[in-house]
Amino acid sequence: MINRNNILETIKMIDEQKFDIRTITLGVSLLDCADTSGEKSRMKIYDKVLRYAEKLVPTVETVEKEFGIPIINKRISVTPIALVAGSSNDKDYVEYAKILDIIAKEVGVDFIGGFSALVHKGNSKGDDILIDSIPASLYETNKVCSSVNLASTRAGINMNAVKRVGEIVKETAYLTRHEDSVGCAKFVAFSNAVEDNPFMAGAFHGIGEREVSISVGVSGPGVVKNALEKVKGESFDVVSETIKKTAFKITRAGELMAKEVSKRMDIPFGIMDLSLAPTPAIGDSVAEILEEIGVESCGTHGTTVALAMLNDAVKKGGIMASSHVGGLSGAFIPVSEDQGMIDSVNRGSLSIDKLEAMTCVCSVGLDMIAIPGDTPATTISAIIADECAIGMINNKSTAVRVIPVYGKKVGEIAEFGGLLGHAPVIQLNSYSSKKLINRGGRIPAPVHSFKN
Amino acid sequence: MRSVVTIIGKDKVGIIANISGLLADKNVNILDINQTVMQEYFTMIMLVDISNLSISLVDLKNELEKIGKEMGLSVRLQREDIFNKMHEL
Repeated sequence: MINRNNILETIKMIDEQKFDIRTITLGVSLLDCADTSGEKSRMKIYDKVLRYAEKLVPTVETVEKEFGIPIINKRISVTPIALVAGSSNDKDYVEYAKILDIIAKEVGVDFIGGFSALVHKGNSKGDDILIDSIPASLYETNKVCSSVNLASTRAGINMNAVKRVGEIVKETAYLTRHEDSVGCAKFVAFSNAVEDNPFMAGAFHGIGEREVSISVGVSGPGVVKNALEKVKGESFDVVSETIKKTAFKITRAGELMAKEVSKRMDIPFGIMDLSLAPTPAIGDSVAEILEEIGVESCGTHGTTVALAMLNDAVKKGGIMASSHVGGLSGAFIPVSEDQGMIDSVNRGSLSIDKLEAMTCVCSVGLDMIAIPGDTPATTISAIIADECAIGMINNKSTAVRVIPVYGKKVGEIAEFGGLLGHAPVIQLNSYSSKKLINRGGRIPAPVHSFKN
Repeated sequence: MRSVVTIIGKDKVGIIANISGLLADKNVNILDINQTVMQEYFTMIMLVDISNLSISLVDLKNELEKIGKEMGLSVRLQREDIFNKMHEL
């Protein structure tokens, strides 16, 4: 039996509303690749990842064609490198980043994530070396993404690491200054990082994960916006129901395709990440959904409540649709990757303060925000610390991916290229946070962490 | 296994002949056809059985798209399960 409406609706979603699967991410554990010799360890990493990832790109491309739904990115995530490289006698881990970059290029994936350290409670030797190696690693590689988890609800905030990461962001911005400091677009600082996130820059294969897994991140802001255009003027009850139903459809498509990839590669299916991920393309914007819900321009009063409702409805629809939901699962609000957000910043309706408020109710954080190149490292650390606090207190993942664009001032445009998009440099508060950041130490875990 | 062939575009002579000719040639059985012409625009949806397909699904898709291009139509082939998954519980 042919259901004409269903078929034509799906085709319309793909052709006109930019429905796609944002990423299929292969997670590979590298825990058995540690070695006292860095060189040997890297050989093991190369052999292992290549063994599993060899067929990733051709398999994904075949599945994409058979179902007729585009899969935009193919990615790999690995065990946080600090845990693997920590066993070696190396004094710097740039070579580890380089081998990851070589792997990514050989198998043809868009990004490889996991040049990461988990330091929410404190740093081990490997963590220190890895963090110090981030700027040079991001400068010398193209496809490697890096992340550091600085805080958690259970452990509090590692303020020493927060301070150091602010400096790392500045160093990375300087080293990649000829490309609008694009290195910073491949680094993210986390609070409550999740172990199964398929999205970059924060993807890594957590230590609680199995040997290998296939995870998937869907997209579809354009589809949600289109569905909402049909319920203009209706109450929030109708709006949230509409979003739920749309999220259901998108998620089911993503899971079916991911499971097909998983079956063909004989690698277990991990999770489905329900995040609504925008792209710089017109009509593929989370900001435009918020404006469709009723704010004149994203960032004005009412934006937070609209985003909270959107985020929740997406999750409810998605949870029903998938057997294993995980990752970040919510609405992403990256500025440079979302034309509606860019326009809102340019119109003056979206500020860094409002973005911070929005991160309290959606899944991630301050994402892909261009800030003035002369921003002090301590101010960047303070922005990160604020986000860590929001994550820690609210039991959620938050992140900071800001780009202090070398040599650029408020209002100038930074160009990052491709899916990373472009962004106007945003105004920050000019008062200093130096004394706060220089205190260092560890902010104790909040009282509600004592749940046992 | 079953797939859905969708053809959308300006109506002209030979659309069904060309598409069904190719399908027969590749050992694809047509199970159901739904077709309308609205204001010169032709929309045809075919449900086909590809269990005994003589080439790969991706190759069939490419050949269908080639016919589409030659005739100025949008022709697509998608596995049926994507529609069932998305629109049914």
